[in-house]
Amino acid sequence: MTEKLSKTDAPVKQAAVPMVKAEGVHKSYGSVEVLKGIDLEVKQGEVFCLIGPSGSGKSTFLRCINHLEKINAGRLYVDGELVGYRQKGDKLYELKDSEVALKRRDIGMVFQRFNLFPHMTAVDNVMEAPIQVRGKGRAEAKERAMALLERVGLGDKAGNYPSQLSGGQQQRVAIARALAMDPKLMLFDEPTSALDPELVGDVLDVMRDLAESGMTMVVVTHEMGFAREVGDSLVFMDGGVVVESGNPRDVLTDPQHERTKAFLSKVL
Amino acid sequence: MTVDIDKTTGPADTPPAGPEAIKAIPVRHYGRYVSAVVALALFGAVVYAFSQGKINWDAIPDYFFDDRVLEGVGKTLLLTVLSMAIGIVGGILLAVMRLSRNPVTSTIAWFYIWFFRGTPVLVQLVVWFNLGLVFEYINLGPVYKDEWSDFMTPFLTVLLGLGLNEAAYMAEICRAGLLAVDEGQTEAAHALGMSHSKTLRRIVIPQAMRVIVPPTGNEVINMLKTTSLVSVVQYSELFRVAQDIGQTSGAPAEMLFLAAAWYLLLTSVFSVGQYYLERYYARGSSRQLPPTPWQKVRANMLSLGRPKGGMA
Repeated sequence: MTEKLSKTDAPVKQAAVPMVKAEGVHKSYGSVEVLKGIDLEVKQGEVFCLIGPSGSGKSTFLRCINHLEKINAGRLYVDGELVGYRQKGDKLYELKDSEVALKRRDIGMVFQRFNLFPHMTAVDNVMEAPIQVRGKGRAEAKERAMALLERVGLGDKAGNYPSQLSGGQQQRVAIARALAMDPKLMLFDEPTSALDPELVGDVLDVMRDLAESGMTMVVVTHEMGFAREVGDSLVFMDGGVVVESGNPRDVLTDPQHERTKAFLSKVL
Repeated sequence: MTVDIDKTTGPADTPPAGPEAIKAIPVRHYGRYVSAVVALALFGAVVYAFSQGKINWDAIPDYFFDDRVLEGVGKTLLLTVLSMAIGIVGGILLAVMRLSRNPVTSTIAWFYIWFFRGTPVLVQLVVWFNLGLVFEYINLGPVYKDEWSDFMTPFLTVLLGLGLNEAAYMAEICRAGLLAVDEGQTEAAHALGMSHSKTLRRIVIPQAMRVIVPPTGNEVINMLKTTSLVSVVQYSELFRVAQDIGQTSGAPAEMLFLAAAWYLLLTSVFSVGQYYLERYYARGSSRQLPPTPWQKVRANMLSLGRPKGGMA
């Protein structure tokens, strides 16, 4: 099961292998079952939106994809490789921390609360992982970081500390930071939920731009407009299961399931 | 819109009249004058009592820069710095061990802290000094072999005694610091593919320092004074030197005052260093760094030059 290890190929190259594949994924915290068997597939180059009420397990599922959470049952694959485990015959072996870290390099993640490193300037935040993890030189990393900050519209804020930036600016730095690792997959965990309404647009613009560049994105969001406009697929989750899935324009305008209808009538 | 409101202004009785500056009589704080006078009087009484006592004050400046005293000060400083270094390095190590998911390391750390925090440092010092009773020789195979008493000089005894004890306290301080860093930071670093150790070194510890530095400054000052305990194991640092001189020169009490003055001087110097260290680790956490005392002085000088702007 070791086809192509951690190469940052351009997406869409291997259209046959789904970027993310979940088969009966279960996750529980103690006796509370948060995910009750999730099956889904994210294709290469696709923008995949996860919506649903809070507590539906959508964020948890996202965190399982880069193994920030361990799943209890089922199988989860990223780019054809099992997440967190190695399979030999019919036995599963847990991966070492260093092997998990190796895989996470290729998966970018953007958090609801940004989680920028507060003791570093914006540009240092973006440079940190390329230097520390990929072993790039400072000059090269800095040049790339500046280009990325430029791309998210923050070239002039490179020397600012996160506390000197607005929420929307912080989130865009966080996106640049994730992109600096040249990920093949980007995970967004409610990236605009902690933002003032007027700052949401800037972040969504960056994400739209990213989607147009062909990045595979899994987006947990409450921004139905974004899902409808940019999303290629959409899944509505509730109570730890996938209730409904399909093309976002179809699901959002003409939901089939009662639960989906009820949810959408409240948020739209 | 430059409304000049004095800090001590009470509720303004003149209604806000557009852009006109408020000119109000500030509240008078008579209690402050009274308490200042009382405090000064008490302080003066204490000083007078001491000056009339049977103390030969002239002996203090005579011996203040005595070679033996200076050597004692040097040893006290050296001991403080080295044992704190052991304490800080050991403390970070123990804190990381205690928070580790590995049950063996966390148990070892717990046990270490339990033991060294649970016994008086004075007892530990004496035990270290007498450890030759247990280990007659120190034998590292072909590398090193010697009698314990030759290996364990008084200096090494007190250094280990103080340092290892300090490590236990520093461990708890560091643990508090590490726990104070938001979990999202670790997650973000892990999500970027950083290893545990890199995450700790680059992300968590620098942020933990903000929490760690103030109590550590406290520990340094404590350590400086705790070094006086090592006089019991024949190590001649400041306090012991002061006692020795006191006995030979016939001015024992005076030499104790001398030692106290030196300790006070040294702790004051450390406090200044701590201020700048805290300022360094505050970067990024507050929008504006607090000004250094020097910057404050300069700002005050500048504002004095201008006619406007609040004096004092």
